Amino acid sequence: MEVKDIFSYDWSYLLPEFIILGFATFLSLLDLFAGKRLGKQVIGWLSFLGTVIAAIFVIINMNALDKPYSYMIDMIRIDDYGNAFKLIFLAGTAFAILISLSYLKSGEVQHRGEYYYLLLTGLLGAMVMASSADLITLFVGLELLSLSSYVLVGLRKKSQLSNESAFKYVVSGSIATAVLLFGMSYVYGLTGTTHIYEISFRLAEAGMAGYQFLVYTAFAFLAVGLAFKISAAPNHMWAPDVYQGAPTPVTAFLAVVSKAAGFALIFRVMMISFFNVSDGTGSGRFFFEEGSLYLGLMAAASMIIGNTMALRQTNVKRMMAYSGIAQAGYLLVPFVPPTSLFFGEVIFYLFGYLLVSFGAFAVIMVVSREQETEDLKGFAGLYHRSPVMAIAMSIFLLSLAGIPITVGFFGKFYLFMGTLVVENYWLAAIMIITSVISYYYYFGIIRQMYMRSGTTEAPMVVPKGIWTFILIMAIATVFFGAFPGLVTDYIQIHFNPSFDFGNMLSPSSQ
Amino acid sequence: MGNILLSSLVFSPLLAILVMAFIPSRHAGVIKQVGIFGTLPALILAGWMFGMFNYETANLQFVEKHSWISIPIGMAQAGTVFAFEINYELGIDGISMPLILLTAIIGTLAAIASWQIKKRQKEYFILFHLLLIGMLGVFAADNLFLFFIFFELTLVPMYFLIGIWGYGEREQAANKFLLYNGIGSGIMLLAFIVIFVIMRTLNIDEITAILTTPGHPITEILTPEMRFGIFLVLFIAFAIKLPVFPFHTWMLRVHVQAPPSIVMIHSGILLKMGAYGLLRMGIGFFPEQAYDFSTWMAVLGIINILYGAVLAFVQKDLKMVLAYSSISHMGIVLLGFASMNTIGFQGAMFQVVSHGFISALLFFLIGVIWDRTQTSMLDDLGGLAKSMPFVSGVLLAGGMASLGLPGMSGFISEFFAFLGLFGRLPVMAAVGAIGIVLTAVYLLRAILKTTFGPTPGKCTGLADAQPMEVIPMVVLMGCIILIGVYPAVLGNPMQQALKTIVPIVTGIGG
Repeated sequence: MEVKDIFSYDWSYLLPEFIILGFATFLSLLDLFAGKRLGKQVIGWLSFLGTVIAAIFVIINMNALDKPYSYMIDMIRIDDYGNAFKLIFLAGTAFAILISLSYLKSGEVQHRGEYYYLLLTGLLGAMVMASSADLITLFVGLELLSLSSYVLVGLRKKSQLSNESAFKYVVSGSIATAVLLFGMSYVYGLTGTTHIYEISFRLAEAGMAGYQFLVYTAFAFLAVGLAFKISAAPNHMWAPDVYQGAPTPVTAFLAVVSKAAGFALIFRVMMISFFNVSDGTGSGRFFFEEGSLYLGLMAAASMIIGNTMALRQTNVKRMMAYSGIAQAGYLLVPFVPPTSLFFGEVIFYLFGYLLVSFGAFAVIMVVSREQETEDLKGFAGLYHRSPVMAIAMSIFLLSLAGIPITVGFFGKFYLFMGTLVVENYWLAAIMIITSVISYYYYFGIIRQMYMRSGTTEAPMVVPKGIWTFILIMAIATVFFGAFPGLVTDYIQIHFNPSFDFGNMLSPSSQ
Repeated sequence: MGNILLSSLVFSPLLAILVMAFIPSRHAGVIKQVGIFGTLPALILAGWMFGMFNYETANLQFVEKHSWISIPIGMAQAGTVFAFEINYELGIDGISMPLILLTAIIGTLAAIASWQIKKRQKEYFILFHLLLIGMLGVFAADNLFLFFIFFELTLVPMYFLIGIWGYGEREQAANKFLLYNGIGSGIMLLAFIVIFVIMRTLNIDEITAILTTPGHPITEILTPEMRFGIFLVLFIAFAIKLPVFPFHTWMLRVHVQAPPSIVMIHSGILLKMGAYGLLRMGIGFFPEQAYDFSTWMAVLGIINILYGAVLAFVQKDLKMVLAYSSISHMGIVLLGFASMNTIGFQGAMFQVVSHGFISALLFFLIGVIWDRTQTSMLDDLGGLAKSMPFVSGVLLAGGMASLGLPGMSGFISEFFAFLGLFGRLPVMAAVGAIGIVLTAVYLLRAILKTTFGPTPGKCTGLADAQPMEVIPMVVLMGCIILIGVYPAVLGNPMQQALKTIVPIVTGIGG
């Protein structure tokens, strides 16, 4: 591969990243110099504008590129795979900004300017994670997202809970990073390269040359390290504390954007790197035989732990954290092993999860602030106080539980189908049983809203912006549940999902 | 395209929901009227279709088909995408037609019985109509995916209807209902998707045709063991709904805790969805496996009959007597299926319809009695015949129908079911027939205790049936007697459809 002059690349394909970077820089300067005179809402709206513009350029890239475009030997690689994830990140961040706009008025988070551009830098990290095919840039993206998240979690300076959770997040996050790096060092040691497409071949050679055990070790460390970001077992313990302590929009950001970024990373790294490694007998491929089985065990453990632990929670955000652990488990299911349905399943599920999570967290935010408690009991009698909130929340919860006609049902149906195509009955059975267990706690909130009486019957005041946002999310949840074909067709047409997972496997042009 | 009769029937309750959405909650009277009249379109359409129904043929009628969702799974050839198609398909045959009519009739009568609902009428009737859509859809669906969606659609409204409007321990009953039925539909979905993945279609008719054609290429993929596995999964799923011992405990709670109008629906229709699914999907798809399993079905049926009858005898609560009596009567359905011949199947389906009317009537009467005395304990009741002669008379007549007095629908069903079974498993049939005697014992005990004997203070001076209450009683009684004296009204439509199932069963099975 010839090394090119950096000016000879067509940089226009990186415009989405540049725009986010530009907005983050500009807004931080703006905050610094004009901060006192400027309403903080302005920075929020500007950062929202940034995500919208970036999304437009992602869509332009999607249409302009037939095959992947690569900068500096896949340091950054623009392909359909990355673009699909980027759209989810951008939408997620935009939603987080939207629900923050009214939330932060309360003065709970004092440094509001920082809040918005930290979201943008986190987003940038996620975008880099989705579109790089080199361990170095992947790691840079991961750390950019992580560092931004650490600060965001601790942004409620006066709240002891927030401080504690930020501290826990930093410590456990660093440990996970260390474990991940340790795994990467094995990979590098075995292959002498950080380019994951080359790793793919060299790791296979290393495996054939008698280093099979080291290859497995690398896989194990990478898997455990990456499990942290998606809050899957065995690295899920941070999630409840952090979700509880963080400001609610940040919790939603972590639940959706950060988790989706983790999935973008885990799949690209795991699958490509270990694609050609044989399973030791020489007959099968390691990743599709054993490797994915280990991921299946992670999935099963996450579903079981997440759903059973959620039963005992009385704090809504903690409950949602355990629910998120379970959802990470569901999302790992299509990896076991990847089929031609895999990419469509993941993107559809994440799309649905995006709508539902932000809707649910927005309701939680409104209710917990009004009631000044995050306890489940805060939802008591919500139906009588604000029917729209209660009905919308019920829709989100039904979707999380996977009941028709919601987007979550079709997402689960899709995952389910993928599992049964490869005859993974045990995993399908665990999915079903844990889903039914999950009914209990999701309906627990519904029970509070409709069947219990709260402390007051007075109508609840919900800011107009949030009200509209929640309503749109609820309608979308039902709409895409009734017509999931619109999304699957979009994925099919724009991301080339079935044949090489969003052009992930096809060679790139320089 | 073209024919939208069936869709209009299924979704006609939406009209009432829309109208009610715009009526303020305080106008309870208007809402109740809309709620009752809103069930009429479905009733009229169902009646009209029953009249138009061509029972000379076993084919599906009023068929509708639209493409809905397509899930791309890969390339068939260069350029063509190969996809799983999920269609919107409705169609009814001789088995589903009577059940749709049953649903429509009981739906209207239960709406009239809902006149007694005293709180949150608007929500009640909206949920009630949603439930109605689900039930009608279940019987009208000709597509497994659609069937499942309608099946689940009954779950959520029922949860609320039990949990909000039920008696003392309503929430526990609602939870138990949700968990048991959630598991049931979960494993049903598992079976459906396995079928889908293997056969690439969800159309019930096509699947039946493929599975029952000897030597079809599918046989290579679907080994007899797998067939038996799927059959067993389907059997358990529907056994929970039916309910078959030992999966029955949830149903007792629902019968005791839910409001009378909902128990009418539950016992009259929802349990029948289990029997319908068992015939259409269990036996219809896997006749050979069903034949092999039929002895066990008969054993389970006998357990249901005797267990239900013996426990009904010792109950102190009239509701519990009838709940156990329902379990006992559902055993007869199983016996009918176990006979594997036309007469037996006919008996089972007769029992399904007949028990629908009888149990709806009896639970309605319990509601009327409860309304006046606030109790359904046998020890607290007595001598009702003095002050409520009409109600007591209908109660006695309903009891007679239930225990199988000739001239009423119960007799025909039991007669056919046992006649069918005697042809195949005479010993089992003889044991099962003990149940008939026991039924007479427990029902007469309960009814005599209620209507005659010493009269406790609270049972004196009660008002007899009001006009609003007379309608359901007369209509239900009329249906029971009509089927009893003129069984062809039910037998004719079913005949052809059952005839197509039976030769397949006996043709293969021996």
